[in-house]
Amino acid sequence: MSIFARKRSALSAKERLQLVLIHDRTDLTAAELDALKDDLLKAISNYIEIDPEAVQISLERDGRSQRLVADIPLKNVTHPRAN
Amino acid sequence: MTAQVITLTSGKGGVGKTTAVANIAHALAMDGKRVVCIDGDIGLRNLDVVMGLENRIVYDIVDVIEGRCKLRQAMIRDKHFQDLYLIPAAQTRDKSAVSPSDMVRLCKDLQSETDFVLIDSPAGIERGFRNAIAAANRVLLVTNPEVSAVRDADRVVGILEAEGKGTPSLLINRLNPALVKNNDMLSAEDVLDLLGIQLIGIVPEDESVIIGSNRGSPVVSDPKSRAGAAFRNIAKRLEGEDVPFLDLEPQSGLWNAIQRIAGRK
Repeated sequence: MSIFARKRSALSAKERLQLVLIHDRTDLTAAELDALKDDLLKAISNYIEIDPEAVQISLERDGRSQRLVADIPLKNVTHPRAN
Repeated sequence: MTAQVITLTSGKGGVGKTTAVANIAHALAMDGKRVVCIDGDIGLRNLDVVMGLENRIVYDIVDVIEGRCKLRQAMIRDKHFQDLYLIPAAQTRDKSAVSPSDMVRLCKDLQSETDFVLIDSPAGIERGFRNAIAAANRVLLVTNPEVSAVRDADRVVGILEAEGKGTPSLLINRLNPALVKNNDMLSAEDVLDLLGIQLIGIVPEDESVIIGSNRGSPVVSDPKSRAGAAFRNIAKRLEGEDVPFLDLEPQSGLWNAIQRIAGRK
Protein backbone atom coordinates (compact mmCIF):
# COMPACT_ATOMS: atom_id res chain seq x y z
CA MET A 1 0.00 0.00 0.00
CA SER A 2 1.41 3.36 -0.94
CA ILE A 3 2.00 6.12 1.59
CA PHE A 4 -0.55 8.34 -0.14
CA ALA A 5 -3.37 5.82 -0.01
CA ARG A 6 -2.67 5.31 3.69
CA LYS A 7 -2.61 9.00 4.55
CA ARG A 8 -6.04 9.63 3.22
CA SER A 9 -8.02 6.85 4.88
CA ALA A 10 -9.80 9.28 7.26
CA LEU A 11 -10.75 11.47 4.32
CA SER A 12 -12.04 8.51 2.39
CA ALA A 13 -14.09 7.44 5.45
CA LYS A 14 -15.59 10.91 5.69
CA GLU A 15 -16.45 11.20 2.00
CA ARG A 16 -18.02 7.75 1.90
CA LEU A 17 -20.05 8.47 5.03
CA GLN A 18 -21.26 11.80 3.66
CA LEU A 19 -22.83 10.00 0.71
CA VAL A 20 -24.19 7.08 2.69
CA LEU A 21 -25.80 9.33 5.31
CA ILE A 22 -27.55 11.45 2.71
CA HIS A 23 -29.10 8.35 1.17
CA ASP A 24 -29.94 6.86 4.60
CA ARG A 25 -31.61 10.08 5.75
CA THR A 26 -33.67 10.64 2.64
CA ASP A 27 -34.39 6.96 2.06
CA LEU A 28 -33.49 7.52 -1.61
CA THR A 29 -31.22 5.16 -3.53
CA ALA A 30 -28.79 6.51 -6.11
CA ALA A 31 -31.02 5.06 -8.85
CA GLU A 32 -34.12 6.76 -7.45
CA LEU A 33 -32.25 10.04 -7.29
CA ASP A 34 -31.33 9.68 -10.96
CA ALA A 35 -34.97 8.97 -11.84
CA LEU A 36 -36.01 12.04 -9.85
CA LYS A 37 -33.52 14.15 -11.79
CA ASP A 38 -34.87 12.86 -15.11
CA ASP A 39 -38.47 13.59 -14.11
CA LEU A 40 -37.51 17.05 -12.90
CA LEU A 41 -35.74 17.87 -16.15
CA LYS A 42 -38.68 16.61 -18.19
CA ALA A 43 -41.10 18.78 -16.21
CA ILE A 44 -38.95 21.87 -16.57
CA SER A 45 -38.40 21.25 -20.28
CA ASN A 46 -42.16 21.47 -20.80
CA TYR A 47 -41.94 25.17 -20.00
CA ILE A 48 -38.45 26.40 -20.71
CA GLU A 49 -35.59 25.31 -22.84
CA ILE A 50 -32.66 23.96 -20.87
CA ASP A 51 -29.41 22.26 -21.66
CA PRO A 52 -29.65 18.84 -19.96
CA GLU A 53 -25.87 18.48 -20.03
CA ALA A 54 -25.32 21.63 -17.97
CA VAL A 55 -27.81 20.74 -15.25
CA GLN A 56 -26.50 19.87 -11.82
CA ILE A 57 -28.84 18.37 -9.25
CA SER A 58 -27.52 17.03 -5.98
CA LEU A 59 -28.49 16.33 -2.39
CA GLU A 60 -26.56 18.43 0.08
CA ARG A 61 -26.32 18.39 3.86
CA ASP A 62 -26.73 21.33 6.14
CA GLY A 63 -26.31 20.16 9.72
CA ARG A 64 -29.05 17.56 10.15
CA SER A 65 -31.18 18.72 7.24
CA GLN A 66 -30.89 17.71 3.62
CA ARG A 67 -31.65 19.86 0.64
CA LEU A 68 -32.06 19.10 -3.01
CA VAL A 69 -29.94 21.67 -4.80
CA ALA A 70 -30.50 22.21 -8.51
CA ASP A 71 -28.45 24.43 -10.76
CA ILE A 72 -30.33 24.64 -14.05
CA PRO A 73 -28.91 27.10 -16.58
CA LEU A 74 -31.57 28.30 -19.02
CA LYS A 75 -30.91 28.56 -22.70
CA ASN A 76 -31.16 32.07 -24.07
CA VAL A 77 -34.42 32.63 -25.85
CA THR A 78 -33.81 34.79 -28.90
CA HIS A 79 -37.38 34.94 -30.13
CA PRO A 80 -40.67 35.14 -28.26
CA ARG A 81 -42.40 31.81 -27.74
CA ALA A 82 -45.59 31.17 -29.61
CA ASN A 83 -48.08 29.96 -27.01
CA MET B 1 -35.65 17.55 43.11
CA THR B 2 -36.41 14.98 40.49
CA ALA B 3 -33.74 12.86 38.88
CA GLN B 4 -32.31 13.30 35.43
CA VAL B 5 -32.98 10.09 33.51
CA ILE B 6 -30.19 9.62 31.00
CA THR B 7 -30.06 6.79 28.47
CA LEU B 8 -26.86 5.76 26.71
CA THR B 9 -27.44 4.18 23.34
CA SER B 10 -25.48 3.64 20.11
CA GLY B 11 -27.20 1.62 17.42
CA LYS B 12 -24.10 -0.47 16.80
CA GLY B 13 -22.93 -2.88 19.49
CA GLY B 14 -19.47 -2.95 20.99
CA VAL B 15 -18.77 0.79 20.98
CA GLY B 16 -18.43 0.96 24.76
CA LYS B 17 -21.90 1.86 26.06
CA THR B 18 -21.73 -0.32 29.14
CA THR B 19 -18.25 0.86 30.07
CA ALA B 20 -19.36 4.46 29.60
CA VAL B 21 -22.40 3.94 31.86
CA ALA B 22 -20.25 2.38 34.60
CA ASN B 23 -17.63 5.12 34.40
CA ILE B 24 -20.02 8.06 34.25
CA ALA B 25 -22.03 6.58 37.12
CA HIS B 26 -18.88 6.26 39.24
CA ALA B 27 -17.80 9.80 38.35
CA LEU B 28 -21.19 11.18 39.38
CA ALA B 29 -21.01 9.19 42.62
CA MET B 30 -17.51 10.59 43.26
CA ASP B 31 -19.12 14.04 43.05
CA GLY B 32 -21.54 13.01 45.79
CA LYS B 33 -24.53 12.42 43.52
CA ARG B 34 -27.11 9.72 44.16
CA VAL B 35 -27.05 7.46 41.11
CA VAL B 36 -29.00 4.40 39.97
CA CYS B 37 -27.84 2.47 36.89
CA ILE B 38 -30.28 0.25 35.03
CA ASP B 39 -29.03 -2.52 32.75
CA GLY B 40 -31.53 -2.42 29.89
CA ASP B 41 -30.10 -5.38 28.02
CA ILE B 42 -32.50 -8.12 29.10
CA GLY B 43 -31.03 -11.55 28.35
CA LEU B 44 -27.50 -10.19 27.86
CA ARG B 45 -26.72 -8.82 31.29
CA ASN B 46 -23.27 -7.27 31.58
CA LEU B 47 -23.28 -3.95 33.45
CA ASP B 48 -23.01 -6.00 36.67
CA VAL B 49 -19.63 -7.51 35.73
CA VAL B 50 -18.23 -4.20 34.49
CA MET B 51 -19.22 -2.63 37.83
CA GLY B 52 -17.91 -5.64 39.77
CA LEU B 53 -21.29 -6.45 41.34
CA GLU B 54 -22.07 -9.80 39.69
CA ASN B 55 -21.89 -11.77 42.95
CA ARG B 56 -24.46 -9.65 44.73
CA ILE B 57 -27.44 -10.13 42.44
CA VAL B 58 -30.55 -11.62 44.01
CA TYR B 59 -33.37 -9.89 42.15
CA ASP B 60 -33.43 -8.19 38.76
CA ILE B 61 -35.49 -5.65 36.82
CA VAL B 62 -38.03 -8.25 35.64
CA ASP B 63 -38.60 -9.35 39.25
CA VAL B 64 -39.47 -5.73 40.09
CA ILE B 65 -41.77 -5.32 37.09
CA GLU B 66 -43.55 -8.60 37.73
CA GLY B 67 -43.96 -7.82 41.43
CA ARG B 68 -41.74 -10.58 42.88
CA CYS B 69 -39.74 -8.08 44.91
CA LYS B 70 -39.73 -4.47 46.00
CA LEU B 71 -37.78 -1.96 43.96
CA ARG B 72 -35.31 -1.50 46.86
CA GLN B 73 -34.54 -5.23 46.92
CA ALA B 74 -33.37 -5.21 43.30
CA MET B 75 -31.10 -2.20 43.86
CA ILE B 76 -27.55 -3.47 44.44
CA ARG B 77 -25.35 -1.05 46.33
CA ASP B 78 -21.90 -0.39 44.88
CA LYS B 79 -18.81 -1.61 46.78
CA HIS B 80 -17.26 1.84 47.05
CA PHE B 81 -20.09 4.35 46.98
CA GLN B 82 -23.02 4.46 49.40
CA ASP B 83 -25.29 6.22 46.94
CA LEU B 84 -24.53 4.29 43.76
CA TYR B 85 -26.85 1.42 42.84
CA LEU B 86 -27.36 -1.04 40.01
CA ILE B 87 -30.64 -2.59 38.91
CA PRO B 88 -29.46 -5.62 36.91
CA ALA B 89 -31.05 -7.02 33.77
CA ALA B 90 -32.71 -10.43 33.88
CA GLN B 91 -30.46 -13.02 32.32
CA THR B 92 -32.96 -15.79 31.58
CA ARG B 93 -35.70 -13.70 30.00
CA ASP B 94 -35.96 -11.68 26.81
CA LYS B 95 -36.79 -8.06 26.15
CA SER B 96 -40.51 -8.74 25.76
CA ALA B 97 -40.62 -9.10 29.56
CA VAL B 98 -40.36 -5.30 29.82
CA SER B 99 -42.46 -2.62 28.11
CA PRO B 100 -41.74 1.09 27.60
CA SER B 101 -44.44 1.96 30.13
CA ASP B 102 -42.80 -0.37 32.70
CA MET B 103 -39.58 1.63 32.30
CA VAL B 104 -41.41 4.92 32.69
CA ARG B 105 -43.07 3.69 35.88
CA LEU B 106 -39.80 2.31 37.28
CA CYS B 107 -37.94 5.57 36.65
CA LYS B 108 -40.78 7.56 38.18
CA ASP B 109 -40.49 5.47 41.35
CA LEU B 110 -36.73 6.20 41.46
CA GLN B 111 -37.02 9.94 40.80
CA SER B 112 -37.60 11.28 44.29
CA GLU B 113 -34.59 9.66 45.98
CA THR B 114 -32.08 9.94 43.15
CA ASP B 115 -30.14 12.62 41.29
CA PHE B 116 -29.32 10.57 38.20
CA VAL B 117 -30.77 7.43 36.65
CA LEU B 118 -28.46 6.05 33.95
CA ILE B 119 -29.94 3.49 31.56
CA ASP B 120 -27.67 1.21 29.55
CA SER B 121 -29.51 0.52 26.29
CA PRO B 122 -28.96 -2.66 24.32
CA ALA B 123 -27.53 -2.33 20.81
CA GLY B 124 -29.99 -2.10 17.94
CA ILE B 125 -33.13 -0.06 17.35
CA GLU B 126 -35.75 -2.57 18.43
CA ARG B 127 -37.76 -3.34 21.56
CA GLY B 128 -34.90 -3.12 24.07
CA PHE B 129 -33.81 0.23 22.65
CA ARG B 130 -37.41 1.53 22.72
CA ASN B 131 -37.68 0.45 26.37
CA ALA B 132 -34.40 2.15 27.21
CA ILE B 133 -35.34 5.52 25.71
CA ALA B 134 -38.95 5.56 26.92
CA ALA B 135 -38.21 7.23 30.25
CA ALA B 136 -35.20 9.31 29.21
CA ASN B 137 -35.09 13.09 29.66
CA ARG B 138 -31.80 13.05 27.90
CA VAL B 139 -30.03 10.64 25.53
CA LEU B 140 -26.28 10.24 25.12
CA LEU B 141 -25.32 8.66 21.83
CA VAL B 142 -22.09 6.65 22.11
CA THR B 143 -20.08 6.12 18.94
CA ASN B 144 -16.55 5.30 17.76
CA PRO B 145 -14.77 7.22 15.01
CA GLU B 146 -15.41 4.42 12.49
CA VAL B 147 -17.66 4.24 9.45
CA SER B 148 -19.97 1.50 10.77
CA ALA B 149 -20.51 3.08 14.19
CA VAL B 150 -21.09 6.58 12.76
CA ARG B 151 -23.59 5.32 10.20
CA ASP B 152 -25.61 3.49 12.86
CA ALA B 153 -25.40 6.52 15.15
CA ASP B 154 -26.94 8.66 12.42
CA ARG B 155 -29.90 6.26 12.15
CA VAL B 156 -30.42 6.50 15.91
CA VAL B 157 -30.40 10.33 15.78
CA GLY B 158 -33.11 10.16 13.12
CA ILE B 159 -35.24 7.76 15.18
CA LEU B 160 -34.86 9.81 18.38
CA GLU B 161 -35.92 12.96 16.55
CA ALA B 162 -38.88 11.19 14.95
CA GLU B 163 -39.94 9.85 18.39
CA GLY B 164 -39.92 13.37 19.84
CA LYS B 165 -36.97 12.56 22.12
CA GLY B 166 -35.03 15.54 20.83
CA THR B 167 -31.47 15.55 19.63
CA PRO B 168 -29.04 13.38 21.61
CA SER B 169 -25.61 14.51 22.81
CA LEU B 170 -22.65 12.75 21.27
CA LEU B 171 -20.04 10.78 23.21
CA ILE B 172 -17.14 9.86 20.93
CA ASN B 173 -15.49 6.84 22.51
CA ARG B 174 -12.12 5.20 21.80
CA LEU B 175 -10.63 8.00 19.76
CA ASN B 176 -6.98 7.31 18.99
CA PRO B 177 -5.22 10.73 18.83
CA ALA B 178 -2.14 9.34 17.07
CA LEU B 179 -4.25 7.79 14.30
CA VAL B 180 -6.23 11.02 13.94
CA LYS B 181 -3.01 12.96 13.64
CA ASN B 182 -1.89 10.62 10.83
CA ASN B 183 -5.23 11.16 9.07
CA ASP B 184 -6.05 7.50 9.53
CA MET B 185 -9.00 7.99 11.86
CA LEU B 186 -12.02 10.29 11.63
CA SER B 187 -11.43 13.24 13.96
CA ALA B 188 -13.97 14.39 16.53
CA GLU B 189 -14.69 17.37 14.24
CA ASP B 190 -15.36 15.01 11.31
CA VAL B 191 -17.81 12.93 13.36
CA LEU B 192 -19.58 16.02 14.68
CA ASP B 193 -19.83 17.47 11.20
CA LEU B 194 -21.24 14.22 9.80
CA LEU B 195 -23.82 13.73 12.55
CA GLY B 196 -24.70 17.39 13.11
CA ILE B 197 -25.36 17.11 16.87
CA GLN B 198 -23.88 18.51 20.10
CA LEU B 199 -20.83 16.98 21.78
CA ILE B 200 -20.85 15.83 25.43
CA GLY B 201 -17.34 14.35 25.47
CA ILE B 202 -14.46 12.65 23.70
CA VAL B 203 -12.92 9.61 25.40
CA PRO B 204 -9.48 8.60 24.12
CA GLU B 205 -8.63 4.94 23.55
CA ASP B 206 -6.97 3.81 26.76
CA GLU B 207 -5.77 0.38 27.89
CA SER B 208 -6.63 1.19 31.47
CA VAL B 209 -10.33 1.00 30.57
CA ILE B 210 -9.98 -2.73 29.85
CA ILE B 211 -7.91 -3.26 32.96
CA GLY B 212 -10.62 -1.50 34.98
CA SER B 213 -13.34 -3.69 33.46
CA ASN B 214 -11.25 -6.81 34.18
CA ARG B 215 -11.17 -5.85 37.84
CA GLY B 216 -14.79 -4.69 37.99
CA SER B 217 -13.56 -1.29 39.07
CA PRO B 218 -14.16 1.48 36.52
CA VAL B 219 -11.10 3.46 35.44
CA VAL B 220 -12.66 6.78 36.36
CA SER B 221 -11.21 6.56 39.86
CA ASP B 222 -7.66 6.27 38.46
CA PRO B 223 -6.30 9.84 38.45
CA LYS B 224 -3.66 8.97 35.85
CA SER B 225 -6.05 7.57 33.24
CA ARG B 226 -6.86 9.92 30.36
CA ALA B 227 -10.08 8.07 29.61
CA GLY B 228 -10.93 8.40 33.30
CA ALA B 229 -10.40 12.16 33.11
CA ALA B 230 -12.65 12.34 30.05
CA PHE B 231 -15.42 10.43 31.86
CA ARG B 232 -15.10 12.68 34.92
CA ASN B 233 -15.53 15.71 32.66
CA ILE B 234 -18.63 14.19 31.05
CA ALA B 235 -20.12 13.69 34.51
CA LYS B 236 -19.42 17.36 35.36
CA ARG B 237 -21.13 18.46 32.14
CA LEU B 238 -24.18 16.34 33.04
CA GLU B 239 -24.19 18.13 36.40
CA GLY B 240 -24.43 21.39 34.48
CA GLU B 241 -20.81 22.56 34.72
CA ASP B 242 -19.06 24.10 31.76
CA VAL B 243 -15.88 22.03 31.43
CA PRO B 244 -13.48 22.55 28.50
CA PHE B 245 -12.75 19.53 26.30
CA LEU B 246 -9.48 17.68 26.97
CA ASP B 247 -6.50 18.35 24.79
CA LEU B 248 -6.08 15.03 23.02
CA GLU B 249 -2.76 15.64 21.31
CA PRO B 250 -0.92 12.35 21.04
CA GLN B 251 1.64 11.98 23.79
CA SER B 252 5.02 11.68 22.17
CA GLY B 253 7.62 9.33 23.54
CA LEU B 254 9.88 12.25 24.39
CA TRP B 255 7.18 14.13 26.28
CA ASN B 256 6.30 10.99 28.19
CA ALA B 257 9.97 10.54 29.05
CA ILE B 258 10.25 14.13 30.30
CA GLN B 259 7.13 13.66 32.42
CA ARG B 260 8.52 10.44 33.85
CA ILE B 261 11.79 12.14 34.71
CA ALA B 262 9.89 15.01 36.27
CA GLY B 263 8.03 12.44 38.38
CA ARG B 264 4.61 13.20 36.95
CA LYS B 265 3.97 9.71 35.69
